[in-house]
Amino acid sequence: MRPVAVVGTGKTPFGAFPDRDIRSLAVESVAKCLEDSGLTASGVEAFYLGNFAGPSFVGQNHLAPYIAAEAGIREIPCTRIEAACASSGAALFQAWAAVAAGVYDVVLVAGVEKMTSQTTPRVAEILAGAGDMAGEMAAGATFPALFAMIAKRHMHEFGTTHEQLAQVAVKNHHHGAMNPMAHMRKEITLEKALAGKVICDPLTVFDCSLVSDGAACVALAALDRARDFRAKPLRVLGIAQTSGPVALDRKETITSFDAVRRAGEKAYEMAGVTAVDIQFAELHDCFTIAEIIATEDLGFVAKGEGGRYAESGATSLGGERPVNVSGGLKSKGHPVGATGVAQICDLAEQLHGAAGERQIAGAKLGLAQNLGGSGATAVVTILGAE
Amino acid sequence: MTGTVYTETTIYSPPEAFAGEAPYQLAIIHLDSGIRLTARIHGDPVRIGDRVALDEVHNSIHYFRKANLEVSHEHDPPRD
Repeated sequence: MRPVAVVGTGKTPFGAFPDRDIRSLAVESVAKCLEDSGLTASGVEAFYLGNFAGPSFVGQNHLAPYIAAEAGIREIPCTRIEAACASSGAALFQAWAAVAAGVYDVVLVAGVEKMTSQTTPRVAEILAGAGDMAGEMAAGATFPALFAMIAKRHMHEFGTTHEQLAQVAVKNHHHGAMNPMAHMRKEITLEKALAGKVICDPLTVFDCSLVSDGAACVALAALDRARDFRAKPLRVLGIAQTSGPVALDRKETITSFDAVRRAGEKAYEMAGVTAVDIQFAELHDCFTIAEIIATEDLGFVAKGEGGRYAESGATSLGGERPVNVSGGLKSKGHPVGATGVAQICDLAEQLHGAAGERQIAGAKLGLAQNLGGSGATAVVTILGAE
Repeated sequence: MTGTVYTETTIYSPPEAFAGEAPYQLAIIHLDSGIRLTARIHGDPVRIGDRVALDEVHNSIHYFRKANLEVSHEHDPPRD
């Protein structure tokens, strides 16, 4: 395997954009990425697209060539990859593997989702398709219900409190309020988070991430080609994709995501680093409990200590290891198919020192963790600046 | 069919198909046979660790009910 680098990024703002269609969002992210990298459309050798449910949300299939052609990319392989909320993380892994193996020198990986044109109940119904439709969903579950049951069990085993969950939401809103690309740019108080409308006990509306529209794109190149392009290359030091059962009731434990733990171990090993070396991270906070568990599964803290870690301020901007300085899925937004690649864009922004008032001083090594469903797909990526 | 509540939640925002039933309690039951099952709860709300027994299966959904603890108390030694 040869080393691979991120040589450019591009993102749309995340939000509700009734006047934008799925293709125009994706094309905007691709155009921005081409411009950032100095690549031309004709220099791209393959196009990978992460998208969870375009066919259900907007009725469009065959999305990869549909988007690529509109962005001026013709003739090359264009492939859509679906892995629930880890769709573009999985697309990134496939793209990385192809470049690392020497199949291509230069590829683009985009992610897109257009969710807000559907009613909230219909969005929930489409998202439920990432779970076990014949089992848990048929019994009346929803994704908030699955993560509520995960939270309840974590509280039972480790004494995690709802205040600690709410701290994650308060922190990520604090970060997102400073991010001009975020969907919900406003601070919330702990009192407000705790008093929110209960969706599935104990989770309130403030424990849940947002339903958003948006797209993101990154350019990958073999490291020996990377300096041909405009941006400072960022090394993909470690990357791993893993899987597990789709149904929550088929998992041995639900207070840890085994797939995340294994992806983290593999990515650390590939990068030759350990958890203590990671300066900052973008973690998949689809629900507040998910960020707490991710900090444990990735070894930032011992098992069961994630709630107290969040409460301590360690994961806030200015803390020992800032998490979701972009605002995370909670405040930046969660157009599900775009999230995995957007996390890479957010790491790159920090590693390039371009995050403005959210900049982490001396950021050199960051980690992104993308989760599909209740843990059936996990992708962990470690990026480093030279 | 009996088991123990592994985890549970009460759903206030239901999927459209169950809109008329909310709020309702959903649980993962750790069956005595060793497997886990996502099921609904009838009657009194349950908590993690509670013993439950199958009440009925309706439209392919398993409904459990809190096991009657008084039954087991019959076998307790008399207290004086």
